[in-house]
Amino acid sequence: MYAANFLLLSAVLFSIGVFGVIARRNAVMVLMSIELILNSVNLNLIAFALMNDNVDGHIFALFVIAVAAAEVGVGLAMVLMIYRNRRSIALDELSEMKG
Amino acid sequence: MIASLIAQASEWQAPELDWHALAPELVLVVGINIVLLVDLWIDQSKKWLMASLAGFVMLGAFIPIVTLAVIGDETRSMFGGRYVIDEYALILKALFLLVGYVIVLLSQTELEEGGYYQGEYYVLLLVSVLGMVMMASSRDLVSVFVALELLSIPAYMLAAWRKRDTKSNEAGVKYYLLGVFASGVLLYGMSYLYGTTGSTKLSDIGDALTDDLLPMQVIAVAFVIVGFGFKVSAVPFHTWAPDTYEGAPTPVTAFLSVASKAAGFVGLVTMLFVAMHPADGVYEPFLWILAALTMTVGNVLALRQTNIVRLLAYSSVSQGGFILMPLAVMASGDAAESALKSVVIYLLIYAFSNLGAFAVIIAVSRKTRSGEITSFGGLMSYAPGLGLLMTIFLASLTGIPPLGIWIAKLQAFKTVLDAGDGAAYALAIIAAVNTVISAAYYMKVLREMWMKPVPDGDTTPISAPQPVWVALGICAAGTIVLGLVPGLVLRFADLQDLTSAFGR
Repeated sequence: MYAANFLLLSAVLFSIGVFGVIARRNAVMVLMSIELILNSVNLNLIAFALMNDNVDGHIFALFVIAVAAAEVGVGLAMVLMIYRNRRSIALDELSEMKG
Repeated sequence: MIASLIAQASEWQAPELDWHALAPELVLVVGINIVLLVDLWIDQSKKWLMASLAGFVMLGAFIPIVTLAVIGDETRSMFGGRYVIDEYALILKALFLLVGYVIVLLSQTELEEGGYYQGEYYVLLLVSVLGMVMMASSRDLVSVFVALELLSIPAYMLAAWRKRDTKSNEAGVKYYLLGVFASGVLLYGMSYLYGTTGSTKLSDIGDALTDDLLPMQVIAVAFVIVGFGFKVSAVPFHTWAPDTYEGAPTPVTAFLSVASKAAGFVGLVTMLFVAMHPADGVYEPFLWILAALTMTVGNVLALRQTNIVRLLAYSSVSQGGFILMPLAVMASGDAAESALKSVVIYLLIYAFSNLGAFAVIIAVSRKTRSGEITSFGGLMSYAPGLGLLMTIFLASLTGIPPLGIWIAKLQAFKTVLDAGDGAAYALAIIAAVNTVISAAYYMKVLREMWMKPVPDGDTTPISAPQPVWVALGICAAGTIVLGLVPGLVLRFADLQDLTSAFGR
């Protein structure tokens, strides 16, 4: 069925997102990768709602979109905060505490 | 599709709400708005009122829980069984509100003296507690997810509360990035669970899953466990915990290591018992490895810490392993009921002992301004009260009878014996070895307090503020009473409704 294509696309998006979170050192790029992961979930939910022929997935996707917006709001505020204190948003420089 | 939806809409009926059962959440919601508005109009010199107000809101939300527990003999469920108030939910809601109240007591002077934003702090704390209270009742993928985010997002901000302090920034950013990444992974797992079973209601998912799982369902179960694994800081997903605990303000650290962790466990337990129980072939070995790694790695890393907060961070990681242990064997033998019991008991008792230890650290560091273990040198000589309390809390965390946690550990071991197969016994042996290792680093702190001289000869007494003493009193009473009268909490867990909470 053609819904499999959506699932494939979302799996690819998810993998790109996970790679971005692990490999990127720029905080904003990491935030964008997290958005990719969340949007791959949305794609999944919509495709499954189509397959299962009920609206639960649509509702779930709406909740995910709303919560993702709140998360990114907090995330950008934090990026701004570390930029003010350090003049840099490179995550690998955030290593004051170790062990 | 739209047309059919509109056609359905005409016969839509509002769901029936049980206002009494929803009262704790409603009190919190109203309280949050009151605190927010009062903070807007109150004079800067009267900001200390915010703490009292937040405390009253927590206690106010406690009242309906007590009345529900006194009246309630039947399980109240709403929205077709998607939001359930049973004994399990009530006990945990009570725990979260009590922890929230103790955190308010601990934060009060810290915030006043540090010049932090007080109103906003308590609003976020209350919102986070609201998320936890919701989590205890959620029986649907959507509400589990929303509750998880409701409790996490304010916690990210609380961890970074000291805006100008680069350590606190680092704590907040690390917690945020890993937390959000984990909820992404969790959501991906949840979407597969929904897709392969056709429902977001947990009990429907549990009915639809069978013993021979689809590959997608295996991925789903694994991802859900990984997502909660970050929340409860299970090794190897614990990397954020020590840094966040060290950098965040100490009351927030206490909150994260007790309440946030407990909420993660509540979500995991609900998912495991209601939705994913047929998938025991997947989660049992997975949780076994997580539990064994969490106990061992947490303990070994704790041994070489010199900072007391970091030491408690690793100790709380390893305690998490002990809480995971009953879950790792819950499907073998007839261990399911006793696994649920021992997790709830462990969460209850661990909260008192760990919060108490943090309360002592807050009181002592007001004088020493240091987080090093050596700064506790000679504490017994100039602050015997605090020293004695710290001894009680650390001895309880070690698991020495008759103090709190030994009951919890006993119950966890009992569950493993109930399961009674080779893997369970192996896990029990690992846990026993780890109990001994953990004694080493708790004793290191105690030796510093009892045996060593005061580092700089400064023996002026510690002036701990009143609220901190109240918090210490609550924690000490909980630790000692639950240890001496284990029947109190064991009977709690023997309640028919708790063991049959999820209809099993």
